[in-house]
Amino acid sequence: MKINENLAISESGFLFNPSTGESFTVNPIGAEIIELMKEGKTEAEISEKIIKSYEVDIKTLQKDLHDFSEILRHHQLLDQYEETKN
Amino acid sequence: MEKKRYERPHIVKLDSGMPGKFGMRNDSPPTTHIDGVAVTELVEKYGSPLFVISEHTIRSTYRKAYKAFSTRYPKVQFAWSYKTNYLPAVCNVFHQEGSWAEVVSGFEYDKALANGVDPGKIIFNGPGKTASELMKAAENGSLIHIDHLDELYLLTDLAGEMKRKPLVAIRVNMDTGIYPMWDRFGFNYENGQAWDALNKIMLSGKLELVGLHTHIGTFILGANAYGVAASKLADLALGLQQKFNHTIRYIDMGGGFASKNTLKGSYLPGADTNPTFDDYAEAITTALVNSGFKPESLPLLILETGRALIDEAGYIITSVLANKRLSTGRRATIIDAGVNLLFTAFWYQHPVTPAQGFSQYREENTIYGPLCMNIDCVRESINLPLLNKGDKLVIHYTGAYNLTQWMQFITLRPNVVIIDPDGTAHLIRQNESNDSVSSLEKTPDYLIGIK
Repeated sequence: MKINENLAISESGFLFNPSTGESFTVNPIGAEIIELMKEGKTEAEISEKIIKSYEVDIKTLQKDLHDFSEILRHHQLLDQYEETKN
Repeated sequence: MEKKRYERPHIVKLDSGMPGKFGMRNDSPPTTHIDGVAVTELVEKYGSPLFVISEHTIRSTYRKAYKAFSTRYPKVQFAWSYKTNYLPAVCNVFHQEGSWAEVVSGFEYDKALANGVDPGKIIFNGPGKTASELMKAAENGSLIHIDHLDELYLLTDLAGEMKRKPLVAIRVNMDTGIYPMWDRFGFNYENGQAWDALNKIMLSGKLELVGLHTHIGTFILGANAYGVAASKLADLALGLQQKFNHTIRYIDMGGGFASKNTLKGSYLPGADTNPTFDDYAEAITTALVNSGFKPESLPLLILETGRALIDEAGYIITSVLANKRLSTGRRATIIDAGVNLLFTAFWYQHPVTPAQGFSQYREENTIYGPLCMNIDCVRESINLPLLNKGDKLVIHYTGAYNLTQWMQFITLRPNVVIIDPDGTAHLIRQNESNDSVSSLEKTPDYLIGIK
């Protein structure tokens, strides 16, 4: 799972996809996760980072991360090439 | 390092279409307390889901309704509609405020007696009264509202065996310009059925005609229909004076006033658009005052409104059991209160608010109940914060009909509490148990045990 590197994301959580012209809003934790994905972090690394800074248990986080990546895929925000390799 | 409060990661696509004419704010200020009592405290003590009744709201709503009528008309009497909510504690709040009782079955009649209501202040409506129920009500001096000719004949026959003359009214149905016209109850005004019944009562001499009653429908959004109905009943009353020199004591306009709930398919919230008590009062009292009664002989005006007096006083506290994605990517939330408890979810968009604070992020949700039935949907579409399992929600405007039409279906019914004006919660109906349900069941000997 790799995020589309061309995505532009502002500090306030405004996200723009230049390939489609679509805009999104993301909440702070969502923006943090997308930034980590852009840095190429794996799911395990992202989980570890989030668990350290937020009050959440691993089961809830894994469920929510999976759901979030499904929605990113739904909005075609994941790297298309990487996606086809999977 | 102190950890930050967790919220689910959330992304939503921005649509740049035309802004909606009917755009409403879509945040939901949290309902952390009900009448000063913390929702978390209530759940801790009484469990979830939990029905909560606000006594303060009942009393203030009743007083608002009474004031709307009594400032426009000299003689006003409310009669609490038992079928709307017949928990004794709730009924007695209305009775303490001065309401009579309006019942529609022998079961409800006995409930009113058990609550200590003077039998002379019980109105007995409905199409299904039995001979023994009619006898009992008539002997007690209750007000019997006759629904059909078979009941009229039965009561006339029974009157011969009684020590006192039954006190009766007839229920009249009529065209008031609204749809649907309820013509299944009572005698029709336009085609002469009502006059036919009145003639039979007056000429039999066995029944004492004390009133005229109508109930034009439910959740009536046009107050003027009540003005039409009041005029038609006044016309019958004045006709009785002229024809039989008989003066009736009261005109009973029934119920059907809308609460603040929002009907499905409405653009705007019912709380902002539905008629107020003043609107209904203005239509009814203006019609009666202008109808030709002498000022000193205006009949008592009885109102049987139920829904509009109790809906806003009822809440259900519920917990999030799970959240999931539907195949379309839409968010769905499963809560522990379903349509078995919230019958009115079939026709209202009940307001639902979180019971704890959240960030400003919202997502569109479908709320499902816990029942393994496709129909168990509490809200098809509602914007809610990013809920997690275990979070609490408060469903509003649930006081009318849910505590009488709820079902012991798939699961058991929960506790009901009332919060008194001092902010103390009292249990007014115990939650069900397997024992309380199965105590009524019988198994023949040959079906006991599995072999």
